[in-house]
Amino acid sequence: MTKIFSIAVTSLFFCCHVQAQIDPSLLKQVPKDTVKQTMNMDAVYNRPFVAVGKLPVSLGGYMETNWQHLSTDGISEGHQFQFRRMTLFVSSTIGKRLKFLSEIEFEDGAKEIAIEFAALDIELNPLLNIRAGMILNPIGAFNQNHDGPKWEFIDRPISATQLLPATWSNAGVGLYGKHYSNNWMFGYEAYFSGSFDNSIIDNAENKTFLPAAKNNSERFEEINSGLPLFTGKLAVKNNKIAELGLSYMGGVYNKFQDDGLRIDDKRRVDVFAIDFNTRLPQFNTFITGEWAWIKVNVPSTFTEQFGNKQQGGFVDIVQPMLKKRMLGWEKATINLACRFEYVDWNAGKFTGTGGNIAEDLWSIMPAISFRPTAQTVFRVNYRHLRQQDILGNPPAKTGGFSIGLSTYF
Amino acid sequence: MKKYSIVIAGLVAIIAIAQACSKLAPGAPPDDELLDGPVGGLSYEQNRRFLAGDIAFNDEVFTTANGLGSVFVATSCGSCHAGDGKGHPFTTLTRFGQKDSSGNQFLHLGGPQLQNRALPGYVPEQIPAGATFSKFTPPANTGLGFLELVPDADILAMADPADANGDGISGSPNWIAPPSFISVNANAISQNGRYIHRFGKKAAAYNLLHQTVNAYNQDIGITSSFEAKDVYTGVDIDPEVPDQTIHNVVFYLQTLKAPIQRNQNDAEVIQGRNLFVQAGCESCHKQTLQTGFSAITQLSYKTFHPYTDLLLHDMGVGLDDRYTEGNAKTSEWRTPPLWGLGLSPNSQGGQYFLLHDGRAKSIEAAIQLHGGEGEASKNRFNQLAAEERNALVKFLKSL
Repeated sequence: MTKIFSIAVTSLFFCCHVQAQIDPSLLKQVPKDTVKQTMNMDAVYNRPFVAVGKLPVSLGGYMETNWQHLSTDGISEGHQFQFRRMTLFVSSTIGKRLKFLSEIEFEDGAKEIAIEFAALDIELNPLLNIRAGMILNPIGAFNQNHDGPKWEFIDRPISATQLLPATWSNAGVGLYGKHYSNNWMFGYEAYFSGSFDNSIIDNAENKTFLPAAKNNSERFEEINSGLPLFTGKLAVKNNKIAELGLSYMGGVYNKFQDDGLRIDDKRRVDVFAIDFNTRLPQFNTFITGEWAWIKVNVPSTFTEQFGNKQQGGFVDIVQPMLKKRMLGWEKATINLACRFEYVDWNAGKFTGTGGNIAEDLWSIMPAISFRPTAQTVFRVNYRHLRQQDILGNPPAKTGGFSIGLSTYF
Repeated sequence: MKKYSIVIAGLVAIIAIAQACSKLAPGAPPDDELLDGPVGGLSYEQNRRFLAGDIAFNDEVFTTANGLGSVFVATSCGSCHAGDGKGHPFTTLTRFGQKDSSGNQFLHLGGPQLQNRALPGYVPEQIPAGATFSKFTPPANTGLGFLELVPDADILAMADPADANGDGISGSPNWIAPPSFISVNANAISQNGRYIHRFGKKAAAYNLLHQTVNAYNQDIGITSSFEAKDVYTGVDIDPEVPDQTIHNVVFYLQTLKAPIQRNQNDAEVIQGRNLFVQAGCESCHKQTLQTGFSAITQLSYKTFHPYTDLLLHDMGVGLDDRYTEGNAKTSEWRTPPLWGLGLSPNSQGGQYFLLHDGRAKSIEAAIQLHGGEGEASKNRFNQLAAEERNALVKFLKSL
């Protein structure tokens, strides 16, 4: 942790130092229009960077901060100012067909510092590239395409953070490639990487909870089961229609042997996800969605508190309402948006009574956003959420406003 | 100028949202619809202790990292008592032992409670051959602090073990020698070193400390300085929960408010209450009790309405599970408090699971399963007109 922080501070100092020493006009902003994406798999490189003269290194990053007032069944923690995260990107072209990109994230005021992505890409052919290092597992779309300024909502999707473990990155290696033909694009990704551990069914959330594995920093040097996690994705896009992605992530999560002795059966976690995004040309409406199904081998002798089947997802609808010069900003945009979410952490029935196991929630979050530029967004969100406990008792009702901003820099 | 007007208007809108946010947020349910929450009038310091206990009870989840198991029934206190209400068959406990008052003969084989779940790689406990057993659905927690403070003398005054008054009701206390970590109350009444126990389906727990220590140990597999025996290995191990946490949970249970009756002025509810008395239900389900002294002023010398006498009653062969604890007979069960009954579906997944093992899916079904000392009251209930039965049930749902 200290090492990472030192590297980050040194990098920042270096950046400031360089900027003070050179002609600012050499700093070339490479703005990225976050509205027009290529494919989701390109998200890690599809970001605005600042190039310094002819140096082969580009820098970038983003930050997110907000005010929030939420209340559950009449009880509120009051007004909260939150600094959710600041992320730094460094990319460089090391040599011919060799690229490197890293993404270091400081969350909640540096309470959590993580290398989210740091990988070397070896480009052999558009259809055959090798990526090795700290990779973002391509399950669904959000995990790779998670930059705050790209979204009209302050909170990340619940299904992406509380069902799937975004941002879920691991040490690993794999292949990816793309093929273009007129309006059509086809892409694939396939990686072997670090994996989950027993914490997904042994955690303080009291439910099967894949994100619990994020707390295990040892996963970057030791796979709990000794067997790698496989993550693969196929995506197809037509520039005039939509992009559709199908992804899978699975492997043995538990420590089934230790010091050569067998201590448990092998237990698998398997995740299937579908993601979709499109723009309706008539109304210029953006629709983005993702749905995941999770199957976990939970021992029958363990508690039903921890489900063996889960599912959930979200749909975002974003409607640009006004795009013109505003407050001196060219092409400033005002959007109306709404996010619909559903998560079921324990899909199934109680063996004792045959009754439905609940442990689910749904949420609706209307939003207004103002983008002075494509890289910066001011957001006002209202969340209405209902969450049931495992027994399906009357749901806890949560509601409240969040107002915040997120920007690339 | 126009530019600044827009900015100012935007800022004004944001401030308006900040001001209005609490009004647009979901409101709290009415207090009489909730079973959780403290008794009124606690001091700041007492509120802090209540909150510490609340967190330990409802939020602390046990994992392998903090001592869960290796065998267990549930992973937290809150798993069995959602919203501090009655539990669901999903976390029903199984106790095993014997059918006489000779004491549990299966303690060396893991008794008295079956830990029917296990961590991956471990095998759950099995009921030993020759043992009898019974299933216990978790009770509601509300108002327990008031029940704890009913003086032994008041309980004995309600007892009639030989049915001297000939009304067919012969309630008796469960006399048991408490474990060494229990300090008996100043006003406790002894019978050859045994004391009146009052909590649990068979009234086998002396007080809330006894109940809490047992629950940590037998339900979650957590040892403490009070009960150091690991339920899986059977040997004493280091405490897995601090004493302070246990005391906080006990304080939380003691200071949970008593359930608040709803619609008590409704004519049908009043009629139902009168019929409840006329049918003889109150012979066991005593409406009104009083607490003795407590250092917690809000609990001291209070009159309250739990609808129990804290005594054991023979409920007939239909409810005889051939398992017992203490000097209770196998067909004897402690009168369950009826307060909070109408809110049970809010903690049982939208339906009723009543009686000791949740076998009754409605209040009417629970009444029909009354036998033994409850037989006469059941018969009187059945002789009521349909509207009268509905009124009585409506009264019970108002509790």
